[in-house]
Amino acid sequence: MATYTEDDLAKDLEGKEYEFGFTTDIESDKAPKGLNEDIIRFISAKKEEPEWMLEFRLDAYRTWLEMTEPEWAHVRYDKPDFQDITYYAAPKQSKKYESWDDVDPEMKETMSKLGISMEEQKRLTGVAVDFVMDSVSVATSFKAKLKELGIIFCSFSEAVQEYPELVQKYMGTVVPKQDNFYAALNSAVFTDGSFCYIPKGVRCPMELSTYFRINESGTGQFERTLVVADKGSYVSYLEGCTAPQRDENQLHAAVVELIALDDAEIKYSTVQNWFPGDKEGKGGVFNFVTKRGMCHTNSKISWTQVETGSAVTWKYPSCVLKGDNSIGEFYSVAVTNNFQQADTGTKMIHIGKNTKSTIISKGISAGQSQNSYRGLVQIHKNAENARNFSQCDSLLMTDRCGAHTFPYIECKNSTAKIEHEATTSKIGEDQIFYCLQRGIDEEKAISLIVNGYAKEVLNQLPMEFAVEAQKLLTISLEGSVG
Amino acid sequence: MNNNLKFITGLTPTKLSVNTAAQKNASHVLDTTELPTTRTEAWKYTRVAKIGKIDFKNEASTVTSIDDKKVIDSPHTLVFVNGRFSKELSADTFPAGVSVKPLSTLDGISTQEEFEGDIFGALNLAYLNDGLHITIEKKAVVEEPIQVIHILKGEAQLSNFKVQIDAEDFSKATVVQGFFSDDASNSFVNYTSDIQVGVNTHFTIEKIQDEEAGNFHIGTDSVSQGKDSTFTINTITLNGSLVRNNLNIDVIGENCTTNLNCGYLLKEKQHVDNHTVVDHRVPNCNSNELYKGVMDENSTAVFNGKVFVRQDAQKINAFQSNRNVLLSDNATVNSKPELEIYADDVKCSHGSTTGQLDDDAIYYLRARGLSKSAAVQLLVSAFIAEVIAEVGNEDVKTYIYKRLNERFGWDINPEDFG
Repeated sequence: MATYTEDDLAKDLEGKEYEFGFTTDIESDKAPKGLNEDIIRFISAKKEEPEWMLEFRLDAYRTWLEMTEPEWAHVRYDKPDFQDITYYAAPKQSKKYESWDDVDPEMKETMSKLGISMEEQKRLTGVAVDFVMDSVSVATSFKAKLKELGIIFCSFSEAVQEYPELVQKYMGTVVPKQDNFYAALNSAVFTDGSFCYIPKGVRCPMELSTYFRINESGTGQFERTLVVADKGSYVSYLEGCTAPQRDENQLHAAVVELIALDDAEIKYSTVQNWFPGDKEGKGGVFNFVTKRGMCHTNSKISWTQVETGSAVTWKYPSCVLKGDNSIGEFYSVAVTNNFQQADTGTKMIHIGKNTKSTIISKGISAGQSQNSYRGLVQIHKNAENARNFSQCDSLLMTDRCGAHTFPYIECKNSTAKIEHEATTSKIGEDQIFYCLQRGIDEEKAISLIVNGYAKEVLNQLPMEFAVEAQKLLTISLEGSVG
Repeated sequence: MNNNLKFITGLTPTKLSVNTAAQKNASHVLDTTELPTTRTEAWKYTRVAKIGKIDFKNEASTVTSIDDKKVIDSPHTLVFVNGRFSKELSADTFPAGVSVKPLSTLDGISTQEEFEGDIFGALNLAYLNDGLHITIEKKAVVEEPIQVIHILKGEAQLSNFKVQIDAEDFSKATVVQGFFSDDASNSFVNYTSDIQVGVNTHFTIEKIQDEEAGNFHIGTDSVSQGKDSTFTINTITLNGSLVRNNLNIDVIGENCTTNLNCGYLLKEKQHVDNHTVVDHRVPNCNSNELYKGVMDENSTAVFNGKVFVRQDAQKINAFQSNRNVLLSDNATVNSKPELEIYADDVKCSHGSTTGQLDDDAIYYLRARGLSKSAAVQLLVSAFIAEVIAEVGNEDVKTYIYKRLNERFGWDINPEDFG
């Protein structure tokens, strides 16, 4: 058998087409293309929102008009034409679903292709899924069970209707509507998303998960997620993304806000697999996401992400460690291939005393892709005994890709301990030689090394997700793994 | 007219014969570019607005003696006061293979023509006072170091000073640079250099920055390295209110080694900003960066190191290390070690640490009868000694320890650290 080399792996990576490229034909209730105050009023009216919500949107829109698109990220792309996007598209519904049987069979089909059949989910896994298809929640399960514990897990628009006081209290407190260009845009036009509230002292018994999916051609998806963990509570939240194959670029500008009150813990895991564009770098999703968590006293927020998709990714899940003794964690694996570009990382803002943060970032670049880590560790003056450990490793698979590291380390307190290290290399010939000596063939060796390389991060994922994540990660190794 | 640099109207433009295209570009940059603010990425952590508020003049001045303003006792010393060559204080004989000419004696000065918005580079050229052109001849091995001293003198003086070094193929030499001030306040030395390191050439710079508090120093060293060459620069920053060092290293020949070492011990309100760019354009090269600093009182240190590895520049080993110790709660460290890599067969890494002295280590020393200050002195000096050890010239090393002892009230015997 011919030996399997890195060159072969690179070839395989290039030849790998997007797996989940199918579209569902559901008649859409679309807003006209373009963005202006009328469109925002249309979205707001469509969703039967209260006045304060409309004000929030209009205010954000007016701020957004004065902002310019950021250019500091290490990515190149044709800027989206914001007037050429449909900001509202909902699957047409004549009436609300009474039961699962009423759900459009075609939509059920889509779900089962994604491997998340509701029945399966309900019976077998114990995972409550809030399935978002083109911005409107279609079915939410396990709601009753969660409700018993006082846990609220619903779509964002439902939360606006049912729990306006909670939404008003927390929305925009972590990511203000004027935070950045895309957060402002999202605040103005977001169509739906998820809302989760865990009451005091409750440990959420199951992993909460939401599957997002872009379906309508030319529809930007503007999701908004708000997770509030009240004092002493715990929740693990999963988010996974797949998108059908499209030729024009699609824009995804989500906002995720996490709030961990005293002694609470939030674990937020993401598997991102939006359409990355084809081998020529044509098409693909623009993923410009603002994710941030606020940690109060003794709380902990942990971000885990596996990024394999999107043509352009621009994403920095961050932690504001405001409370004393709070902990922030960031674990990331980012794989880029062909002409994908990723500029991703985290921010750890240490404000409280005895705050700790850990950053583990693993980048894998193949094809002609560019993969950047950009991170900020900031120790404020009063953050006594703050502790940070950062490790950013990059693996290069071809001589045409790039791996970059841009860490910002700012320290204003003499009791802080900050460590940052980064390495960039390819798979060593000695590593492969070592495996070969022990009877492991080359193709298995490469798979072994790449998996081992990402293990630190994959281990952080909940069981339910680890399988999917590994599948996505090793997509690149398909044909080599025996 | 530039709104930020009002003082320009009070300056005398350069009388040197700089080529016209460069001059034209420089004045264009000065007319159209604002002083950088903290919104400019390269100046994110350093505020220079106060430079624009001072009414600088670029007047000549003299000093009578350089007895306490020199790094080493060398017969090959060249002295500049406010950017102007001081013939009386300078040597006129040089080792074989070395020729030295003040820029003012040259018929034409060839230099870069583009400034890419670098306002200080443009200011330096358009109002250049004087400088130096050093040629190390082909195959010359110069054992004795050549010393270049710059002294800033007077109130609100601006010195635009330039050093050009041409180390020709197969040569070896060391230049010791000392930046001092004499009774200066609110003065500003704006320094640039163009350094050509030839094929198979070993060239070293030992740079000591010791201007008094209240003065500014902005310097840019532009180095281009030919095949099989080694370039080393050791920078020790001892004083100065605002110090900004830009090191731009272009590695254009294969099998090169680049060593950048820097130590900074700061107190009071000192602000020291080190920016380095090592651009690996060709394969098979090594670069090492070691930046270590100790910050006390209200001081701030900035490190921004960038390593580029261009496409097809394979087999590059690039290492970057920035270590900081904070001794005070009012001190600040901003560190930004960057890697930008477009080739796969490379070994590149960077590390950055910020912390304080180990309590256990202090306890250990105190348990053995050392006072707290003696324990701190021992640990700090041992920390910084790693960088000073890189300094090749023993006399320079002795000078550094002597100045550290004076400035920090230490009693270090340089021999303890070899």
